[in-house]
Amino acid sequence: MKTAAAIVVGCSSGGFDALRVLLGGLDPGLSQPLLVCCHSGSETIELLCELLGRVSPLPVIAAAERHAVRGGHVQLAPTGYHLLVEPDRRFALSTDPRVNHSRPSIDVLFASAAVAWRETLIGVVLTGASADGAEGLRLVRRAGGCAIVQSPVSARVPAMPQAALDRAGADYCVPLADIPPLLNRLCLPRP
Amino acid sequence: MQPLPDELACEAIELELFVQAMHRRHGYDFSQYAPASLRRRVRQLAERLGCDSISALTGRTLHEPRLLPQLLEGLSVPVSDMFRDPAVFRALREQVLPLLASYPQINIWQAGCAHGEEVYSLAILLEEEGLYERSRIFATDLSANALRQAEEGIYPVREAQQWSRNYQAAGGTRSLVDYYSARYDLLKLDDRLRRNITFAQHNLASDRVFCEAHLVLCRNVLIYFSNPLQDHCLALFRDSLVRGGFLCLGMCESIDFAGNAGDFAAFDAGARIYRLAANTVAMAVP
Ligand SMILES: C[S@@+](CC[C@H](N)C(=O)[O-])C[C@H]1O[C@@H](n2cnc3c(N)ncnc32)[C@H](O)[C@@H]1O
Repeated sequence: MKTAAAIVVGCSSGGFDALRVLLGGLDPGLSQPLLVCCHSGSETIELLCELLGRVSPLPVIAAAERHAVRGGHVQLAPTGYHLLVEPDRRFALSTDPRVNHSRPSIDVLFASAAVAWRETLIGVVLTGASADGAEGLRLVRRAGGCAIVQSPVSARVPAMPQAALDRAGADYCVPLADIPPLLNRLCLPRP
Repeated sequence: MQPLPDELACEAIELELFVQAMHRRHGYDFSQYAPASLRRRVRQLAERLGCDSISALTGRTLHEPRLLPQLLEGLSVPVSDMFRDPAVFRALREQVLPLLASYPQINIWQAGCAHGEEVYSLAILLEEEGLYERSRIFATDLSANALRQAEEGIYPVREAQQWSRNYQAAGGTRSLVDYYSARYDLLKLDDRLRRNITFAQHNLASDRVFCEAHLVLCRNVLIYFSNPLQDHCLALFRDSLVRGGFLCLGMCESIDFAGNAGDFAAFDAGARIYRLAANTVAMAVP
């Protein structure tokens, strides 16, 4: 793949702990944006941002409607809205019906990001109990992007990564602990 | 898997042609809608109508005029809830309505009313605050199908639990059950709630101001519009509002990039309630 321009991450049940591991292992020098859709069920996203911000070397903020996607920042989908990325890489929100019982839905984020970044996008599917993200990851790969799936055996809840593997396949299927170094390798300029 | 960037480029062209067909054949201009959601909806619409590409959908758009209501409904996706974001309805009840109470007649414009859930929520608020007799709500939407359903006020009964919780959290003084009757799996809102509501088709992208409003409620509608169309709508609202009138937008909407945002002052920033700034002189929208 070409040098990665952006990363999208989807997770559901068990996602909070998985995100702590993933974000905690990132290199502080990453300049790509990292967009996260996590079905958290909490009322607002602010608390999640704060808790993840404590372990992440990159600032963690809520994605803001119409604002440009920010490089070197982790940006979370707000509760109750689908998060999309416009072709000009600004955030958009939608209150369209739930997809896979979820809003925000990973499929919706991934599908729009695949259009915005095409072959320079990395999609990551982590632990979770639904099949959300599987179709999105298929679209990421179809647009030429790279797919990373947490190996189901290493996932707290294997259904979601398994569904992603079944539907989209993966370029890398690795245990959670290996994902941050892999992202660092794919995203940092080669020496 | 083979990368298919060409396919995405083709789809962008197909999308443009579809938008042109809607405009030139039916007079509905979606060119100023935010592209990511529009693309998603058009893809879904094509799938739902059994078209294997957007081009096929464009063909049917041109040749089957009877499809128009379905096309509009698919492109606008009227989803809503009663008392969604209860804190907002609480703020309207506790902070805005007391100020509107000084007017002998209160006009409220709800733009993008979908299936009417929020219109009836407003009617209940006004009723409970003793203001409904002198209020009129103009509920408008692009989609005639959506308006027809809004007028009926019939919803799946499975929503009742969540809506009741929302109603309580919004400071409801009674019980939501007092306002509907349930039969089988449907609930029907009390006909009396409709007595001061006028439903009308109105396209924010092309139609003009039609009333003088004290409060404009337009939540989660502008999120589907590009910046210029959002800005155009803010001008419409400004020109519709009386001096000191209120505008309520959706909880996560930003007007940071809108030239006309300066006409509105934050009244309750968290609830996205704005007030027409005192020094704003209404100008006709061209
Ligand atoms: C997501 S719903 C919002 C419903 C409700 N206000 C809420 O927040 O729950 C958006 C509504 O905007 C309407 N809409 C979209 N484009 C419009 C336009 N150009 N003019 C008027 N209404 C429009 C749609 O038909 C849809 O019913």
